[in-house]
Amino acid sequence: MKFVGPAFLATILTAAFAGVGHAQYAARGGLEAKLQYCKTCHGLSGQGYYGWFPMPRLAGQQPQYLENQLRAFIERRRTNPIMANVSHGISPSMIPALAEHFKNLNPPPIGGAPRGSIGLGKQIYEEGLPEANVPACMACHGLEGKGQNEIPRLAGQLYAYSVGQLTGWGKVRGQGTAVDTSAIMAPTAHNLNRSQIEAVAAYVSTLR
Amino acid sequence: MKRIWLKIAVLAIFAFTVSAVSVLAGESAAVRNCTWCHGTGAQGYTVAPRLAGQRPQYIMSQLRSFHDHTRDNPFSRQYMWGAVASLSLYTARDLANYFATIPPKPANDGDQELAARGRTIYLEGIPEANIVSCYACHGPNAEGVRDIPRLGGLAYFYLKARLEQWGQGYHSTPGSPMPMVATSLGPAEVEALASYLSFVK
Repeated sequence: MKFVGPAFLATILTAAFAGVGHAQYAARGGLEAKLQYCKTCHGLSGQGYYGWFPMPRLAGQQPQYLENQLRAFIERRRTNPIMANVSHGISPSMIPALAEHFKNLNPPPIGGAPRGSIGLGKQIYEEGLPEANVPACMACHGLEGKGQNEIPRLAGQLYAYSVGQLTGWGKVRGQGTAVDTSAIMAPTAHNLNRSQIEAVAAYVSTLR
Repeated sequence: MKRIWLKIAVLAIFAFTVSAVSVLAGESAAVRNCTWCHGTGAQGYTVAPRLAGQRPQYIMSQLRSFHDHTRDNPFSRQYMWGAVASLSLYTARDLANYFATIPPKPANDGDQELAARGRTIYLEGIPEANIVSCYACHGPNAEGVRDIPRLGGLAYFYLKARLEQWGQGYHSTPGSPMPMVATSLGPAEVEALASYLSFVK
């Protein structure tokens, strides 16, 4: 930066910060800094992001679900090396405020799902597949997919994320011997075939 | 006299190599206009990054950002804004697809002693310092995906300059999370990451 004066530097830095919607970055370790850290991957409005992995939408998510998952990463009930590291870097006292912040965000879904099987997805979501022993998703996740308490919001979730979670449920969730509420989803995830999973994932990704 | 013959011999070998590579690659005038700066076989040369093996969607998004003047670091302004001014969408697509198919060679020009530290930051980030894992977006082997660029094997100088420029407020693709990522990185982290990535095959 030899050839750029401090005044110009201040101008462009201000512009850069204004661009991400914050007057300034808080000191490292503060709540604001940690929120920025979460949003780097999960989107500035918590809307999710397609990286190498699909980074799930956190906007509107149930606080109890978020808190439980952050603990699950640390306790290795849920296998995810990146999120295990991330969770270790969040002080437990900060978690309720983070969860509350994301609960109150409401950006539109980011899209990206194939449109073809949304009708089938809606049917499975609302009626289940009795012959395959799949209960209606809405029985727990709600008609609008908003979730409740430890049951996650699915509305607007990234298509590829939902597909990945449902296809890999038994290998990722409920690991180890500790009691984990994810067990309730294991038979359902198992009984859905690939095209049914894609249909449900496509449908919930469009819910607002 | 000896010297002159040596020079002629070197020149002849050079000319033969260049023409052989051109013929092999079936280089069009459009490709040659890129490789003047981006190096023989598009493997990168000084400040112009390697294009070989780069994600075609990323090349397209960058050509668009040069065209729209949204990528605004000094070398982009100086060279690329003009270079793409009269580039048609079809030629741009052909170039992006062509460069993506060339096998990339790693630059191997970083500091080897910093590479291990760089690898740790790449894979894990530094959660307590709010530095995110690069791996989550750029992939386990820094190969990139869709419009997220391949970073593995790019030149140390280029990687370092780009990470610094985001922190200094220069822009790139609209909506990119990289300005946020870069503001959390200090000089030591930038050097470690650029070193590590320059060796990734």
